[in-house]
Amino acid sequence: MSALMELRGVFKIYGRGESEVRALDGVDMTIEAGEFVAVMGPSGSGKSTCMNLLGCLDRPTHGAYLFRGVDVNALTLDQLALLRRHYLGFVFQGFNLLARTTALENVELPLVYRGLRARERRELAMKALRDVGLNGREHHTPAELSGGQQQRVAIARAIVTEPSLLVADEPTGNLDTARTAEIMELLVELNRARGITIVLVTHEPDVAAYSSRQITFRDGRVERDERVEA
Amino acid sequence: MLLTTVLMALREIRRNTLRSILTMLGIVIGVAAVIALVTLGQGATQKVTNEVASMGVNMLTIMPGAQRRGPSNVTAAPLTLEDVKALSRDVTALSAVAPTSSRSVLAVAANRSWNTSVMGTTNEYFTVRNTQIDTGRIFADVEISGGQPVCVVGASVRRELFGADSPLGQTIRLGKVSCLVIGLTRAKGQSTFGMDMDDYVLMPLATFQRRLAGNRDVGAIAVSVVDESQTNRAKAQISSLLRERRRVADGQLDDFTVHDTREMLQTLQTVTGVLTALLGAVAAVSLIVGGIGIMNIMLVSVTERTREIGIRLAIGARTYEVMLQFLVEAVVLCVLGGILGMILGLGGSYLAGQSIGVPFVFLPEVVVIAVLFSGVVGIAFGFLPARKAARLNPIEALRHE
Repeated sequence: MSALMELRGVFKIYGRGESEVRALDGVDMTIEAGEFVAVMGPSGSGKSTCMNLLGCLDRPTHGAYLFRGVDVNALTLDQLALLRRHYLGFVFQGFNLLARTTALENVELPLVYRGLRARERRELAMKALRDVGLNGREHHTPAELSGGQQQRVAIARAIVTEPSLLVADEPTGNLDTARTAEIMELLVELNRARGITIVLVTHEPDVAAYSSRQITFRDGRVERDERVEA
Repeated sequence: MLLTTVLMALREIRRNTLRSILTMLGIVIGVAAVIALVTLGQGATQKVTNEVASMGVNMLTIMPGAQRRGPSNVTAAPLTLEDVKALSRDVTALSAVAPTSSRSVLAVAANRSWNTSVMGTTNEYFTVRNTQIDTGRIFADVEISGGQPVCVVGASVRRELFGADSPLGQTIRLGKVSCLVIGLTRAKGQSTFGMDMDDYVLMPLATFQRRLAGNRDVGAIAVSVVDESQTNRAKAQISSLLRERRRVADGQLDDFTVHDTREMLQTLQTVTGVLTALLGAVAAVSLIVGGIGIMNIMLVSVTERTREIGIRLAIGARTYEVMLQFLVEAVVLCVLGGILGMILGLGGSYLAGQSIGVPFVFLPEVVVIAVLFSGVVGIAFGFLPARKAARLNPIEALRHE
């Protein structure tokens, strides 16, 4: 079986000529299904750009990115959207929940775009919220939830579609140590129990320690790539 | 998908209730104004039409004197009873011919008096003027030929002279003539011009000529045409007959005039129609202004919800789905505004119609057009903001603060 994701000589270049910025400067990387990868590196190292590419939000300037064996460069923007809809889940540092919208409605949102009926949406969303330990909070709006709870809602929203890949961009950046541990344990659990591949961007070694593989970026290149034996 | 999008749009509108209502206000006022003005305009047209119809069915009025501008120093000869007879005998397109002569007199009954207009005529007058008897009877043949002092009164004369009492069998003194009331006509109410159409006393023409006027003249002849389509032919026949009888030389203008109530009706309908269209157009402009208001708010809303759009794009919304979402929101806002405006417009025109005495004419097509048009306004003015939303880059949208 081929790798879930494969980057081959990927460049991401912003601007032209003098002001050219090489956010990714020749990256080769393969991630297998079921891995829990932490992407690390200082700001400006290209880790966020890499995450946007892996999350199919963006396309490389040069090189190939194969997601499930499909070259992303060959897809239209709408096809990318469909790829995200069916195979990807996102968790962000700022939670990015819809304000004044209940937890349940937030979790239902990806299912709306999948064209599920209201009843099915509700059942799946309730289950996802239970899975992240938020039963009883379904009808709370983000403003009525703590940061940790909001991030759980965001995780529920990401996993409700049963994605192959969960992309998490600094998911614990806004949380205290105790909340961070809870969220990371939840992610580890999702990775182990459901086999969801996770790519996590962080700059905290403590957080990266939960992963099974750490990739460190520097100046747009992979500096280190090490597997952690559990 | 579309239904879900509409539901989402409704939720979004409810989430910002005050803003949504303020946004809709332009459309609400626009639609309400269009519907109210057009409905009132139609009511006014119908009122005028009804009144002209109640003046007489396909009625023509023949009067002595040329139809010309400015004063005339030639006094035209009066019409005569012989003209009336000739018209009813020779002009086949006429169903009724009624001679009329009138003047205003002081009517006195018991201790009350009232200034009114007395008209001498025949029974055909009731047909021509579409006037019905409420109680009592019309004139008997003997009364007409003998010129007997009997009269039929209008509702206003009855009210002023007799109050609620029955006027039948009572005697009214009209100038020097005392006459017996034999009938009361059904009330017609006020005309558009504020004229009381029930303020008259009718008596046989012979009675009028002998006892009041003291001559044998006929002031005017009112005729009824069999069918509207025959009106022009009837007018031509009347004209040639009267020219011959009144010895008007070829090449000279008529020394009499034939008035056509239909012409008056057409003029009035044109006037009310033009006014309705004009006011409707002004109101329609406010609909456009309302649409611009919606566009404005939707543009603000797209900027405000950039992050939300980013989230939607990230979880797999396609560009057209984001576009559809914002377009549907604009359309739902407009249509809701349109429906509110419709209710307001219909209610308002009903109340306004009641207070100014114009009938309420419900025009389903105007309502449908106004609501559809507000939907079109939604699409037209929602398009730009929706496109702006759909073209956002998901990465930048997610980073937006």
